[in-house]
Amino acid sequence: MIEQVSVFLENKPGHLAQLARTLADAGINMRALMVADTEQFGVVRIICDRPHAAKGALEDAGFGVSITRVVAVEMPDRPGGLADVLEALGAEGMNVEYAYAFVEPDARAAVDIFKVDDERAGAVLERAGLKVLAADALYEQDSI
Amino acid sequence: MYQPEFEAMSSDALESLQVQRLQDMLARTYENVPLYRDKLDAAGISPTIEALSDLSRFPFTVKDDMRSAFPYGMFAVPLREIVRVHSSSGTTGQITVVGYTKRDIENWADMMARTIACAGGTADDIVQVTYGYGLFTGGLGVHYGSERLGCVTIPISGGNTKRQVQVLKDFGTTILACTPSYAILIAETAQEMGLDIRDFSLKAGIFGAEPWSDNMRRQVEELMGIKAIDIYGLSEVLGPGVASECSEQHGLHVNEDHFLIEIVDPDTLQPVPDGEYGEVVFTTLTKEGIPVIRYRTRDISRIIPGACSCGRTFRRMERVTGRTDDMLIVRGVNVFPSQIEQVLTGIPGVAPHYQVVLSKRGSMDHVEVHVEVAPDTDFDEIRELESLRRQVADEIASALAVSIDVKLVEPKSIERSQGKAKRVLDLRAENEGA
Repeated sequence: MIEQVSVFLENKPGHLAQLARTLADAGINMRALMVADTEQFGVVRIICDRPHAAKGALEDAGFGVSITRVVAVEMPDRPGGLADVLEALGAEGMNVEYAYAFVEPDARAAVDIFKVDDERAGAVLERAGLKVLAADALYEQDSI
Repeated sequence: MYQPEFEAMSSDALESLQVQRLQDMLARTYENVPLYRDKLDAAGISPTIEALSDLSRFPFTVKDDMRSAFPYGMFAVPLREIVRVHSSSGTTGQITVVGYTKRDIENWADMMARTIACAGGTADDIVQVTYGYGLFTGGLGVHYGSERLGCVTIPISGGNTKRQVQVLKDFGTTILACTPSYAILIAETAQEMGLDIRDFSLKAGIFGAEPWSDNMRRQVEELMGIKAIDIYGLSEVLGPGVASECSEQHGLHVNEDHFLIEIVDPDTLQPVPDGEYGEVVFTTLTKEGIPVIRYRTRDISRIIPGACSCGRTFRRMERVTGRTDDMLIVRGVNVFPSQIEQVLTGIPGVAPHYQVVLSKRGSMDHVEVHVEVAPDTDFDEIRELESLRRQVADEIASALAVSIDVKLVEPKSIERSQGKAKRVLDLRAENEGA
């Protein structure tokens, strides 16, 4: 499991820019960002180099922030890669709440992020032969 | 004029009728309502008067008195003489119950018949009663007056705007009774349906239960091709029918044979002369179920000095211009911001910091409550945030009896003020200008 920064965002002009500027000023480097929106508000999900520093900076700037544990999988570059992941989780009765993808800095492979309602998801995927990424493969562990 | 023998009384005859009715009312009330007896005894005031001016010695009655007497503590007659109860729309915390005897209902019907006649109504008219029927006094109040005057009465109640338009057209309605904002919605809905209400038989509207401006009056009159009459009332005193504009549209004639009106300075609580603004205070003269002595309405208005050319001699109060408390009126329902606060403090996941934002969407008032999400919320859970928002909206709707949009906002984003929190942000004037 890796740590994702989840930010509550009211729908108002310039607000996402304010979030990005806050992270920039704190020297945070984002690897991936996904915006999920509803009619009333949005939730921004961020994978970055220092999640806890990001949370602190955003909270200081007045944002509502949570750290969320998600699974990062380096995706095999072939047809059926995503199906393998979802079938392995489904076989264990695990539910994927959302997923998104980004490309690693050295562009060798795509990384998919899965929010799964079960802490054992990483282990399940590893048993299925998938390459589950540890936190240190993606960012500094700044929680302690 | 429906009852010229009262509505056009000479001031001397009116005053002696008022004195006589006030003496009778004070004696009855002192005898039968412990709350008043205790109050007067404690203040060492005898429940007798020689002249109307003696009333200024009496203590005021406030909403809290009615609330603490819930449900029947203010009734001055045994329940077997009560034939109807109504209840005030959303109040802070607890509703209040008002009761009517058979004679109260009779008098009320007379007063509402006067109101409809003020709008030019006669037995030849067809009245569409679009005020809500039920515990709210509006629907049944207008209904009885319409029947009393001999009009065809359409008890359609509120809601289903397209059907309102269809009935206006098909039934040949000549007088519409509803809130002014709903009247505008009806007119706009008719336009969307490709109909022009100006082509209908409608000639007048009796609009009340919420504050409105002269601009809005002109808008309704223009859209509907009618004369729009402002009416005033409150359940603690009667319901609709306490006062009504006549066709002069310059102030609302108070039914002074049934109510004494005083305007008092809201700070000193001393009566002010005619013409000066202050808080409106009513004393009932004929009410049997719930007589009230010097009830503080919290509404701000003034007496318009001078005679009215319509021939009615009852003095006129100006259209209510504001409140001395923070009550809002949303689609005819009274809403206190403190009620919203009470709901929020009972819901984990939101902070009790909120702001009520009033705006205009088209002609309708739109109310949105901005509520802060608690800082320890799991912000990744969209579904939980959505269900939190729905829960807040549902609980507000059930506590206030009016549905209000809810917007979740970021923790600590609502301005914390030093003194009195600015709970209400009113953008309606800006929206109207836009």
